[in-house]
Amino acid sequence: MPLLDVENVSRRFGGLVALDKVAFSVSAGQIKSIIGPNGAGKTTLLNVVSGLLSADTGRIQFRDSRIDGLKSHQIAQGGMSRTFQNPSLFLQMSVLENVMVGRHPRTRCGFAACCLRLPGQIREERRIRESALEHLRFVGLEGMAGAPAGALGFGERRMVELARALATEPSLLLLDEPASGLNNRETADLGELIRRIRERGITTLLVEHDMSLVMDISDDILVLHNGTPLAEGAPAVIQNNEEVIRVYLGTGLEDAAASQKS
Amino acid sequence: MLLKRLFPVIGFAALAIAVQLGAGALGKEFYLTQLTMAIYYAIVVMGLCLLMGFAGQVSLGHGAFFAIGGYTSAVLTTSDFSRFQDSLWAAALKRIHVLIPKADLYGGQVLTTTPWAAFVAAMLLTFLIACLIGYPALRLKGHYLAMATLGFCLIVNKIVLGTAWLGAADGISGVPEWNLAGGLVISGRSAVRVQNYYAACALALFLLILLANLVHSRVGRALQAIHDRETAAGAIGINTARYKLNAFVLSALLAAAAGVFLTHYTAGIGPSEASALKSVRYVALAAAGGMSNPWGAALVSTAINFLSLRGWFGTYDNAVFGAVLILIISIAPQGPLKPLGLWIRRLLSGARSAAGGEHAAS
Ligand SMILES: Nc1ncnc2c1ncn2[C@@H]1O[C@H](COP(=O)(O)OP(=O)(O)OP(=O)(O)O)[C@@H](O)[C@H]1O
Ligand SMILES: [Mg+2]
Repeated sequence: MPLLDVENVSRRFGGLVALDKVAFSVSAGQIKSIIGPNGAGKTTLLNVVSGLLSADTGRIQFRDSRIDGLKSHQIAQGGMSRTFQNPSLFLQMSVLENVMVGRHPRTRCGFAACCLRLPGQIREERRIRESALEHLRFVGLEGMAGAPAGALGFGERRMVELARALATEPSLLLLDEPASGLNNRETADLGELIRRIRERGITTLLVEHDMSLVMDISDDILVLHNGTPLAEGAPAVIQNNEEVIRVYLGTGLEDAAASQKS
Repeated sequence: MLLKRLFPVIGFAALAIAVQLGAGALGKEFYLTQLTMAIYYAIVVMGLCLLMGFAGQVSLGHGAFFAIGGYTSAVLTTSDFSRFQDSLWAAALKRIHVLIPKADLYGGQVLTTTPWAAFVAAMLLTFLIACLIGYPALRLKGHYLAMATLGFCLIVNKIVLGTAWLGAADGISGVPEWNLAGGLVISGRSAVRVQNYYAACALALFLLILLANLVHSRVGRALQAIHDRETAAGAIGINTARYKLNAFVLSALLAAAAGVFLTHYTAGIGPSEASALKSVRYVALAAAGGMSNPWGAALVSTAINFLSLRGWFGTYDNAVFGAVLILIISIAPQGPLKPLGLWIRRLLSGARSAAGGEHAAS
C-alpha cells in the first residue's frame, strides 16, 4: 500500500484543463519528483493533494484514508505538510515564531489555557520553543532565530519554510521548487538536506526544475505535460525517454550532465 | 521577561491610582463617572483588538453586541414576571434565585431577574447570535464579516428603535444596581463612585493581561498566522475558520459584557448604542490605539471617549472620531504608540552608540 495514492485526478480552471486524469503514487520512504515544463500543472497537483484546491474528479488516498474533499488543515493534521513555490513566511513574526507555528498540529493549548497562562500552557510553550529551535538547527539557521522573518534573504526564507513544514512532524513532505532562487552551493546543501530528511523516515514529493538536483536525489520521477502524466520511472529511465527529452529536457539535460562533471 | 510583562500592568495600575488621587485633589471627583464609562467602552475596543489586531477580521457590528448585552440585562432586570408567579418554570427559577421578588416604587411586589442571572442570559444570547453571524461569514476568506456585521448592526438598531417593550426611541431606564459580590455594587451613585471606578479599572486590567498573555502563545501565533497568510496557516494545520470564529465570538462577548456593566452603571440604555456610527467609532478607536496593541488601544480609547463624554467635541463629536481614523491610517497605521516607542528606542540606542563611539575613539 503506497503512502500517497492519486487516482484519476482532474482539475479545470474555467476552460483550461490544468490536470487531466493524473494518477501516480508515492511509496513510504521514497524521494519522488514531479517535473515538467512551466504550466504543466505541477503546482496545481500539489495544491489538490494538500487540499488547497479541490479536485473535479478522482480520488486521493493518504495513509490508508481518503483525503479528497478534506480541508487543508485536516490533511496537515493527518501528517502532510508542504512549502510553497513563493516562500510564504509569516512576515510579522520572528524566524523562531514562524517555526513555532509549525508545532500547531502537534500541540493543544486553547484560548482559555493561553489567556490564563495555566501551568500546562507554560510547559507546552517551552516544549514548542525547544522543538522549533531544533528544527531551525536542522536547516542550519538557529543563529537567525530572533531575526524578523522579513529581514531574511530569499534562500533563508526557503529554509525557514522547510523548518516550519518539518516542525509539523509530517510523514509526507511536499516541496514546490525548493531550489529556485538558490545558488549552486545552496542547492547542493538542499539536496543533502532532503536526503537527511529521508533518513528521519519522512517521504518527500518534490516539484523541481533543477535537473541535476532531481536526477541526483530522486528514486522515482513523474513527468507532467499539459496536465497529463507523460512518463514515470527511475532517473536513468526518464533521462533516456525520447518523448520526455523532446518536450521538456531537451538540451537542459546535457547542461545538467556537464555541470555535474565540472 | 517577567519584568517586561509586569511593566505595563504596574504602569496602568499606577496611572489609575494617580488619576483618582489627582481628580480628588482637584475637587473634580465627578470626572471619575465619565472615566468609568469610558473604561467600559474601552473593553469593547479591547475585544476589537483581539478580532482586528490578532485575527485580522473587521466587525462593524460591535455596537450591536454592546446593545444586546445591555438591553438583555435591562429588560430582564426591569420586567415584572409576577403574572407567571404560579407557573412551574417561574417557581423553579425562583428556587435557584434567578427570579427574586422585589418591592417596586409604589410599594407593590414585582418579580424580576437578578442582575447576575441577566448577565449570564446576555452572554448566552450574544454567544448564540455571534455564532450564527460569524459561522457563515468566517468560513470564507476576505472581509465578509465586516459586511455581515454591518447589516446585523443596522437590523438591531431598527429593532430596538421600533420595539415598544425595548423602550423604542427612549430606551430603557430604571435598571437596578448590580450587587456583584462582597459589597461591590455596580451603580452610578456618587457614594460608590470611587469604588466603581476601581472596579472598572480592575476589570479592564484583568482583560488586558489575558490579551497580553495571548500574544506569545500557541493561539496568539495561530491568529497572527491567519492574519498574515491564511492559506499558509491552513496548510500548516491551523483550522482557520474555527480560530477566526472563536476570536469573533470572544470579542462579541467582551462587547456585550461591557454593555451589561455600563447599563447597570448608568441605570439605563438607549438605541443609539446599537447604531452603526457607534460601531464605526469602536473600530476607529481600536485603530487609533494600534490594533495589535491592546494596551495602547485601551489607553487611547479611554482618553478619547472620556473627552467625548465630557462634551469636548460638541456637535462635532462623530467628526472627531472620523478625523482620528483618517489621521491614524495616514500617519501611523500601527497606532501612535508603536512609532513613538520605536522613536524613543532609536533615540536611546543612538545616544548609547554615540557614547560607545567616543569610547572606541579615545
Ligand atoms: N488559480 C488558478 N486560476 C486559473 N488558472 C490557474 C490557476 N492556477 C493555475 N492555473 C493555470 O493552470 C496551469 C497549470 O499551472 P501550475 O501553476 O500548476 O503550473 P506549474 O507546472 O506549477 O508551472 P511552473 O513550473 O511555472 O510553476 C497554468 O496554465 C496556469 O495558468
Ligand atoms: Mg508551479
